[in-house]
Amino acid sequence: MTTTLYQIGTFAAGNRLLAPEQRAVQSSTERGNAITSGHRACRGCGEALAARVVLDAASRASSGRMVTVNATGCLEVFSTPYPESAWQVPWLHSLFGNAAAVASGVSAALRATGRDDIRVVAQAGDGGTVDIGMGCLSGMFERNDDVLFVCYDNQGYMNTGVQRSGATPPAASTATTRPVGTSVGNAFGTGKSLPLIAMAHEIPYVATATVADLHDLEAKVVTAMSMHGARYIHVLVPCPLGWGSASAETIRVARLAVQSGLFPVFEAREGAVTAAMTIRAQVPVEDYLRPQTRFDHLFRGDGRPDVVAALQERADRNIARFGLLAEQPDNPPDGRPQDPAPLEKETP
Amino acid sequence: MLRQLEGSRAVAETVARCRPAVVAAYPISPQTHIVEALADLVTAGELASCEYLMVESEFGAMSACIGASAAGARAYTASASQGLLFMAEALPNASGLSLPIVMTVANRALGAPINIWNDHSDALSQRDAGWVQLFAASNQEAVDLHVQAFALAERLSLPVMVNMDGFVLTHAMEEVDVPEQDDVDAFLPPFQPRQWLDPDDPVTIGAMVGPGAFTEVKYLMADRQIRALDTVTEVAAEFRAAFGRDSGGLVRPYRTDDAEVVLVAMGSTLGSATDVVDDLRAEGVAVGLLGIGCYRPWPYDEVRAVLGGVPRVVVVNRAIAVGAGSVLGRDVRLSLPGGTTVVHDVVLGLGGRPVTRAGLRELVLDVLAGQVPDETLHFADLDREAVHRELAREAALEEAAR
Repeated sequence: MTTTLYQIGTFAAGNRLLAPEQRAVQSSTERGNAITSGHRACRGCGEALAARVVLDAASRASSGRMVTVNATGCLEVFSTPYPESAWQVPWLHSLFGNAAAVASGVSAALRATGRDDIRVVAQAGDGGTVDIGMGCLSGMFERNDDVLFVCYDNQGYMNTGVQRSGATPPAASTATTRPVGTSVGNAFGTGKSLPLIAMAHEIPYVATATVADLHDLEAKVVTAMSMHGARYIHVLVPCPLGWGSASAETIRVARLAVQSGLFPVFEAREGAVTAAMTIRAQVPVEDYLRPQTRFDHLFRGDGRPDVVAALQERADRNIARFGLLAEQPDNPPDGRPQDPAPLEKETP
Repeated sequence: MLRQLEGSRAVAETVARCRPAVVAAYPISPQTHIVEALADLVTAGELASCEYLMVESEFGAMSACIGASAAGARAYTASASQGLLFMAEALPNASGLSLPIVMTVANRALGAPINIWNDHSDALSQRDAGWVQLFAASNQEAVDLHVQAFALAERLSLPVMVNMDGFVLTHAMEEVDVPEQDDVDAFLPPFQPRQWLDPDDPVTIGAMVGPGAFTEVKYLMADRQIRALDTVTEVAAEFRAAFGRDSGGLVRPYRTDDAEVVLVAMGSTLGSATDVVDDLRAEGVAVGLLGIGCYRPWPYDEVRAVLGGVPRVVVVNRAIAVGAGSVLGRDVRLSLPGGTTVVHDVVLGLGGRPVTRAGLRELVLDVLAGQVPDETLHFADLDREAVHRELAREAALEEAAR
């Protein structure tokens, strides 16, 4: 049974209304606290929040029998300035591009030595997932290794000073895609969707989530941990530093990404979409873009309504493809879309 | 029991008897027969409780070994040449994290130009990666070094690379004794990791270390490498006691007493070089041979002890340090500070060009006749006519452009 509570802000109130077994892991004083406070993440860091929620949920789902593998990136740097460590779970960091392969090795070792009650969760930022870590991750997927891989997508290389990654959205200004001259920021027609690429491997489970709905994120981690084989969760995590959003707005910005249709939240099994989180009322992409200085150039002076329109078109296509609008007649109330339309790459 | 076996097959069977829990490998010539044979052994169930990961790249292979080893499992891989370079980022990571991974390198040249044949450019390019590097002179020694490598790696908590010449050893059929399972089990106890990713006792492995402690961590790594010299000797002695044959160790001097000239070499060249020494000694030429069994850590004292009083040393380099001379030759020179020994740094056998008895014999005689320089790198088996023609053509083009 699914209970959906529409609320703004914290889920604490919602937790009190829910049956104990449905309450969020984070609502429990008994939670594992995989990553403790005192780490060096920026204020309002979406990644730190998501990592805590993901690992606490995974830890509870595995009764604490869990190993974490971490790629190089913000999360690794801010959590382990030697001799300190924020990790209360067994945690291994090797390199930037190899988290998936390291996790495969951990998983194989646990299986070979009869300790396969211990589960493996790998985590990386979008650079370590969609760009430099892509080869190892694809290998992990195709071998169907028993690993849950979680990507915290903040849409750029934030740790090194906000450069463009393969997950940076079109029109975003980064340190390597400045809107100078005739440029509108990051080029249209570029970038990749790792969830769709993961689905093409026909792995048991693929899901997307955001820090705007932590209950949904937890539920997806719990679902993933109830399965074996290669599983992938892609979490949108706003980065106040890189996006130029207020540190108090992280949750709101993530919610606007979903409500505008720019970031579809869905689940897929064995390569087919099985559920999508519907939007009650679509908001214009402008509402999502305006709170972020990385899109300032679209609104300065006469602005670039053409570019905003192109982004709106992108959002609308997502909504059509994944059936994100609740009132659409062909979209049953349980969120199952029918025949997702193929996504076409837009031209600049 | 002696059997007629291909070197790769013998190594694969030996590795299997060392009971790795995880094998992660990506195929590359001339390592392929090793990983093929291991795949057969795992698939046939002859390697109980071993996981074989067919990874997407050598970078993935070494990374999977890092994960497996950190999870407390004995991990093994094999590679060569471009593959070794493709995993280069992960090599200092494995040693920096003190993970006792064992890897066979079927030594092969580095491109461009692409070349699949044997020399030592691949292993020597990873000289400073923090791995113990052993070199096998024969297939029997390659077999024996793998048994020793696992013992060595786990005793030191350091990764160990066993080098065997590509094709020359990996694809050679000869009589080899693969140690029996019971004997290997007696020699090599089950892997007891110093730490592992234990949910009951969580550890953070791979933290970020800043200027405040980085130098100290590196110092301790360097110190452990140097201490490994003793362990290499110790394990080789234990192996001799257990299996009744000499294999491994730091250096292998052969007829070096009163020698006028001593050849220094690594790998399969030592076989031909031994024959050349015997032939020349029979003719009254005072020549000896120093085989380097352990290239990293460098056996500084042992090399000096053998070469210190020798008038002339000829280093057989199967790799070059482009723009700076040789790799092995520089280490040899460093072992001979302030002495009177003349070192001839010689390159031969690059990219699979055979290092023959005739070639080595001619080299020694040329050195004794004063025909080999001792200050510049000498290419002993070079087609001088071809390179001079090319140099002249380039000079003419430059002249025409002026």
